[in-house]
Amino acid sequence: MKQFWAFVKKEWYHISRDYRTLLVLIGMPIVQILIFGYALSNEVKNTRIAILDFAGDSYSKELTDKIEASRYFETVTYLRSMNEIDRSLRSGEAKMVVVFPNNFTQQLVHQHESQLQLVTDGSNPNLSATLINYINAITRDFQTRVINEVSLPYTIHVQTRMMYNPQLLGAFTFVPGVIALVLMLICTMMTSVSIVKEKELGNMEILLVSPMHPLAVVFSKAVPYIGLSVGILSIILLLSVFLLGVPISGSIILLYVVSLIFIISALALGLLISTITNSQQVAMMISLMGLMLPTMMFSGFMFPIESMPIPLQWISNIVPAKWYFFSIQSIMIKGLGMEAILKEFLTLCGFAIFFLVLSVRNFKVRMA
Amino acid sequence: MFSIEVESLTKKFGSFTAVNSITFTVKSGEIFGFLGANGAGKTTAMRMLCGLSRPTSGQASVAGFDVYRQAEEIKQRIGYMSQKFSLYADLTVLENIEFYGGIYGLTRGEIKDRGEELIERLDLRGEEEIMVAELPLGWKQKLAFSIAIMHRPSIVFLDEPTGGVDPLTRRQFWELIYEAAATGITIFVTTHYMDEAEYCDRVAIMVDGNIRALDAPEKLKRDMGLATMERVFYSLAREATRGD
Repeated sequence: MKQFWAFVKKEWYHISRDYRTLLVLIGMPIVQILIFGYALSNEVKNTRIAILDFAGDSYSKELTDKIEASRYFETVTYLRSMNEIDRSLRSGEAKMVVVFPNNFTQQLVHQHESQLQLVTDGSNPNLSATLINYINAITRDFQTRVINEVSLPYTIHVQTRMMYNPQLLGAFTFVPGVIALVLMLICTMMTSVSIVKEKELGNMEILLVSPMHPLAVVFSKAVPYIGLSVGILSIILLLSVFLLGVPISGSIILLYVVSLIFIISALALGLLISTITNSQQVAMMISLMGLMLPTMMFSGFMFPIESMPIPLQWISNIVPAKWYFFSIQSIMIKGLGMEAILKEFLTLCGFAIFFLVLSVRNFKVRMA
Repeated sequence: MFSIEVESLTKKFGSFTAVNSITFTVKSGEIFGFLGANGAGKTTAMRMLCGLSRPTSGQASVAGFDVYRQAEEIKQRIGYMSQKFSLYADLTVLENIEFYGGIYGLTRGEIKDRGEELIERLDLRGEEEIMVAELPLGWKQKLAFSIAIMHRPSIVFLDEPTGGVDPLTRRQFWELIYEAAATGITIFVTTHYMDEAEYCDRVAIMVDGNIRALDAPEKLKRDMGLATMERVFYSLAREATRGD
């Protein structure tokens, strides 16, 4: 036990004296939260559009007003001819052009049918699709009002409600995502690099010759990083709750318990990496390339797993971050309890045990 | 009373025989030198004795314990210092002392007393709080050696401990080794500096995994009719076929 604390103390000196790394460790999650929270956003707000109104009658004006009044759109220019559409999109002046044909009102009133053309910049498909949805919704709304004047016999009023995230805030997805990403990086990269560093400096030999058990060496190395990870997790949670207004609907204790299991599996993965390489750079590259990319792609925080091809969905199952992401999203946003995430929780435990056993075995093999 | 007894010790890596059936004994309190070119197998032999590497075949006991079955007992009784530098550069002198004392299971009181004594002996008074990175290489090595014997081992293994320092600093380092040997600690040292070979009680010269000569430096020189250990070494190592 005394050996253990001597080691933890020494490891803590290393961490606390390496200001640059410490700054990166603490700074990275903060910057990521701020960037995702304020700068990067897939919400559509004040998109620049152009209007080409051949009708210029009462309904076309009214619909234009409704579009402009929404917080999604901002009309930057009124075009005069079809020829100007291409130029307007090409120059990036507008992301979408709304075209009203001749006699918009007249056709609607007399033939009960009229056309509205939307021309969008398809080079950004997601944005285009979102814009079209918004215009559709506004038009539908407008139509209902017009129809009510005329009064049709049957109408279906669609009522939508977005549960758990009524304002559709992006933060609800990326906060759990950033947590998963940052914990994975810190735990895996820092552990593997710090163990490999001992090897590179030749200190590992001294430690292995000492009466301290080799596994005790490795585990006591992990302890300060568990502490650091929990600290960083707390920073992210505080920022999310107080700065971005993301709620923690479920149990905080459960959130920490699940996180701890994830941290342990990430540490074990770092240990595994440290057993296969002797160079800090290789360890760092494996951690970055081998873990950060899959974590971003397959955890479900950037790309929905449901819409991936089946083989990729299978692959996503072996990414621990996916299970963790789902668990903390359920706990934080939906406020679910242990019974709802039991499968994910057990899978994470499985990963932790699997990586631990594998790395311990590998470590012993290396010793001989 | 032998401190180290080795018989037909062999280490193979695949088809490559790094150490080929070596046999020797080291007496308690002796300064035993292990000489050889790079790749001669001296570090591999030492690693087997320290429990860092498992022998392929043969027998070896260190401090009376078997290297196969009693590695833990051996670890309690040996000190080790490698050619690669072994102190933590971002820890102070005192923190290094506390750390190594801690992992060797010394009590707080022992660490304090022996640490004081060590700082006094190395003339590091007033420098306890500076980072090891700022010490000159010679001092680092002296400090590393002193820390390696802080837990009072019965044997200390030194793997090319004086790499990269000038002959004068090496001489000072050897004074520490003599002091340690005088307290009864057995010194097992590998080196390729021939001036260091002269300081040893006995030396074993390894060539291509085999021990080609083993005796006191004086006796080796006399038997071979050569003036210096350097000549003795070259006349034996000339036949070497491997190296790096």
